[in-house]
Amino acid sequence: MRIAITDRTAVELSAAIRAGQTTAVEAAEAMLARIEEQDKLYNCYVTVDGEGALSQARAVQERIEAGELTGPLAGVPVAIKDNLCTEGMLTTCSSKMLGNFVPTYTAEAVANLRRAGAVVLGKTNMDEFAMGSTTETSAYGVTRNPWNPDHVPGGSSGGSAAAVAAGECYFALGSDTGGSIRQPAAYCGTVGMKPTYGTVSRYGLVAYGSSLDQIGPLTKDVTDCAAVLETIASYDKKDSTSIQRQDTDFTSALVEDVQGLRIGIPGDYLGEGLDTQVKAAVLQAAEDLARRGALVERFDLSLVEYAIPAYYTIAAAEASSNLERFDGIKYGYRTKEYAGLHPMYKKSRSEGFGEEVKRRIMLGSFVLSSGYYDAYYLKALRVKALIKKAFDEAFAKYDVILGPVAPTTAPKLGASLTDPIRMYLGDIYTIAVNLAGLPGISLPCGVDESGLPIGLQLIGDCFQEKKLIRAAYTYEKIRGPFGKATAAEGRTTKAEGRTTEAESRTTEAVSRTAAGGWTETGQRVLQEAGQEQEGHRHE
Amino acid sequence: MANIISDETIEYVGILAKLELSDKERERAKSDMGRMLDYIDKLGELDTTGVEPMSHVFPVQNVFREDVVTNGDLREQMLANAPEEKDGMFVVPRTFE
Repeated sequence: MRIAITDRTAVELSAAIRAGQTTAVEAAEAMLARIEEQDKLYNCYVTVDGEGALSQARAVQERIEAGELTGPLAGVPVAIKDNLCTEGMLTTCSSKMLGNFVPTYTAEAVANLRRAGAVVLGKTNMDEFAMGSTTETSAYGVTRNPWNPDHVPGGSSGGSAAAVAAGECYFALGSDTGGSIRQPAAYCGTVGMKPTYGTVSRYGLVAYGSSLDQIGPLTKDVTDCAAVLETIASYDKKDSTSIQRQDTDFTSALVEDVQGLRIGIPGDYLGEGLDTQVKAAVLQAAEDLARRGALVERFDLSLVEYAIPAYYTIAAAEASSNLERFDGIKYGYRTKEYAGLHPMYKKSRSEGFGEEVKRRIMLGSFVLSSGYYDAYYLKALRVKALIKKAFDEAFAKYDVILGPVAPTTAPKLGASLTDPIRMYLGDIYTIAVNLAGLPGISLPCGVDESGLPIGLQLIGDCFQEKKLIRAAYTYEKIRGPFGKATAAEGRTTKAEGRTTEAESRTTEAVSRTAAGGWTETGQRVLQEAGQEQEGHRHE
Repeated sequence: MANIISDETIEYVGILAKLELSDKERERAKSDMGRMLDYIDKLGELDTTGVEPMSHVFPVQNVFREDVVTNGDLREQMLANAPEEKDGMFVVPRTFE
């Protein structure tokens, strides 16, 4: 059976183009048709550059045929989060402040993609200036979750995650300051990765929390994730925090083997607030990896509840400084009526920024103000050092830390913004990774009863992306294909007289046993079904 | 709520942040900031005596380069983004009489 062009992954598509089965132009046209058809509902994109995409695709196709472009992303249509500058293409950060801003240069990560022959379709919706966890703070409307349009796609890279999930691009770029790639990836059932700080140049990324921001891929599977990361990772003199790495051949880690891999599950990531279905799916994934020879055990990471207050102090402080540049002079929004320079600044900023952005700028200005700087800002930086140390100690014992991405699956639209602190608590499992500069990957590990995807997070020590990719790739092979169609089939099976989560997991394990021949472990899961599974040390 | 944000404080923060809040926004900001600070006060539970503040996870240093122009002349494109321009310059409000 011929796979429909839209169902292919990025790497499959480029192979098909090179093999002459399709063309870059056909792929771009297919994506633009999808966008035309669906995006009124999902609103993944702020800007679609149809003409630009097609002319790029034609040029790329010629170069592929001439043998000049041979990489795994050549001819593949991509969506870019709207906080990454694109020369000549509107870059709004989903803010009224940048409603008419057309950059004169392109972000380095995007330039790397273009050099590899990727075709930019347009710019994706996000929480305003990446501040938010739902994409509802966008000045250009909410994005809807393709798995269920009544739910949020997560955020802040919600448009990117939803575009991948809805098949409105083959892959996307996002940015992750406190979970903004991994959390929407989890909510939308896609793969998302935040690399080690400094791996991808931040040149051209509109800064939010500069010491935490990192650009990364949102993709259909782990293979695409590795291929995209390999392409966008580069040392860049234009980013003073860019790191020279020799080990960016991430696709070499696409190996199905976790034998002897030491995996730690922080007990503190499984406590109060974690949805039971999310917990069950994540522990099942750990069990699956253990069955393949990974050494899985629980440990106490500690300090988990301090990550959020430390993060919001540091991120707000950096945001208040970074967003000072929006003054209504050289670019961006300027108020219509004003009396003098300072009133113009204040009025432009007050009208141009949305509520959440103003909230964080205010908080940041406060914690940096004299008299409070030591007590709040420096204190948070000290706690950051302690959190980093806790991870250092964990990585002395483990290769990979495994846990949930978020405490729940995607909330309903409108349910999160009423209480900022509650929304911030949703970032509890992702945020410490940014504070410690670590790489983290999110990939789907199941669906809940209402059919929404559940994300599994794997965290590695600095520069250990390859361990994450190997573990994620292996898990993906165990799990099998994941998408709305396959998830729906799974639910139908469960509905046939099987009610509890544990039982349905058992069914999955048994059916896998039938396919893969793991009878013994299948029985073990049967015995444990319905109970808490303590102590995952592999025998 | 342990942290009560006064009108004076919110006024002062507004000056630092260069934001002008409506009365309604101001009340909301006072309550939000108070709650956020209550939450952040949790950090006080940790003894951080002798712990160096960590701005960056890696020991990054200033990166210097020769002071030479590397970008081209993009005056037109850059001015095209300006809210107001005149004769190749940004227009700003009068700053002194």
